[in-house]
Amino acid sequence: MSNTAIAVSGLRKAFKDKTVLDGIDLDVRAGTVFSLLGPNGAGKTTTVNVLTTLMRADAGTVRVAGHDVATETKAVRAAIGVTGQFAAVDELLTGQENLQLMADLNHLGSAEARRLVTDLLKRFDLAESAQKLAAPYSGGMRRKLDLAMTLVGNPQIIFLDEPTTGLDPRSRRTMWGIIRELVTDGVTVFLTTQHLEEADQLADRIAVLDQGRLVAEGTPDELKRQVPGSHVRLRFTDVTEFDKAARVLTASTRDDDDLTLRVPSDGGAKSLRAVLNRLDEQSIDVEEFSVHTPDLDDVFLALTGHASTKENAR
Amino acid sequence: MSTDSTVMLRRNFRQTLRNPTAVFNAVLLPIVIMLMFVYVIGGAFNVGVDYVDYATPGMILLAITYGLSATSTAVNSDMTKGIINRFKVMDISRAAVLNAQVIASMLRSLIAIAAVIGVAFALGFRPSASLLDWLGAIGFIVVVCVATSWLTVALGLAAKTPESAGMATVPLILLPFLSSAIVPADTMRAGARQFAEYQPFTPIIETLRGLLTGQPSAGHAIAALAWCAGIGLVGYLWALATFSKRA
Repeated sequence: MSNTAIAVSGLRKAFKDKTVLDGIDLDVRAGTVFSLLGPNGAGKTTTVNVLTTLMRADAGTVRVAGHDVATETKAVRAAIGVTGQFAAVDELLTGQENLQLMADLNHLGSAEARRLVTDLLKRFDLAESAQKLAAPYSGGMRRKLDLAMTLVGNPQIIFLDEPTTGLDPRSRRTMWGIIRELVTDGVTVFLTTQHLEEADQLADRIAVLDQGRLVAEGTPDELKRQVPGSHVRLRFTDVTEFDKAARVLTASTRDDDDLTLRVPSDGGAKSLRAVLNRLDEQSIDVEEFSVHTPDLDDVFLALTGHASTKENAR
Repeated sequence: MSTDSTVMLRRNFRQTLRNPTAVFNAVLLPIVIMLMFVYVIGGAFNVGVDYVDYATPGMILLAITYGLSATSTAVNSDMTKGIINRFKVMDISRAAVLNAQVIASMLRSLIAIAAVIGVAFALGFRPSASLLDWLGAIGFIVVVCVATSWLTVALGLAAKTPESAGMATVPLILLPFLSSAIVPADTMRAGARQFAEYQPFTPIIETLRGLLTGQPSAGHAIAALAWCAGIGLVGYLWALATFSKRA
């Protein structure tokens, strides 16, 4: 099998006359975390639904684990695990019974099932509540149980649709830890999120989805560099040095009160070296030198023209 | 894919044990109604035979219909609480989910019916059915269960919330009261009488009554089986269509 876990090209989907996905192309390498980042209504869940065979695309091809989702549905389903936006656990069963149900549906032998269920309960820190009904589980516990259920089938590719939405910060961190662990086991993770920090923390590559189109794709750092506003900040203690530097670095903006200069830069080593060389040539003494890259919030604003928190009613 | 159905059935049955109100509804209410009619109200009715003998087939049917709200609620909870999406993306038979609900519904009904018949015997129910009639009655009850269960599964799938899914089965619970379950249709006022004569539960109850009194009537049986086939088919097709539409 090739290194590609998910290959999407020209994916389109409309509900009635409303276009939700307007030509999506994606390439997710096996064994990585790929994050689809976008605000509510951008089309993230629709993308997951198409990729996981829950929905048919109107146009385009989607191959997951080497199989076409439209024609080889069974093979795709056998290779994937999905944890949706709402925890899909059976509330009238205990945590252990939920996992056992998955083991039975995956036709595991009873000894193997027992071992796997015990392992998962321990790994996800659910052993204490294993014999209790899932109904009163907290949001974090449900998500953990949900993900544990997804893992019973030993999927190669796991889809996580907003896995931490509605979780408190501590549960969110726990979930992040679990997701990082998955990748070390060689699993490919396709993660949707509206939290920029989450994509930044977890993903090897991020695609930014806005109103059904991909507006950017790359590593978190690449995305941050695409945004104007990335700059070098130079601070001086001496006014003459400051004036000298401002004359040399013509593109800079000066802040006379703080004696700082903002020099536009893509943050790459080459442009940084250029700035430093210019200062060196004139033997200008700089008190402090720092590189400021925008965070993903800035990226989102720059790429889509609106803030990430904007909610499109859809 | 029968194993998927078996796994699902085990799940549904475990849910039933966890939520015994479903069975109590199906068992207790018909028994309470039966006690009321046999001891309190039925004495005033002249139905030609011992009232408990007359009423038991109707109570058996009530045991089926009272159990249906549990089925539609369970079906709807699966859909609205998201677990169905988990099953749908797994490499398992999709039909298994619905088949298991129908079988679980039938098993719940059979338990309730056994209880109702037991109480009926304690109240003096003396059916004159032969072994063959009993087998026929049981087979017929299974047919009625399957038909009404498929319709109920469809109602559960079509409803928006588990609560409204439970409410959707209320007409099915009321229909036996407007049939010959409690009193013969020909004692009713015009209007009610015609309704009772032409609605599905009257031939169904008459067929059951015929079997239990050892005097099965072919005419009622044909009408009843035709109704069951129709109800079951509509329910089945509606359920499948709604199921594949809801993701």
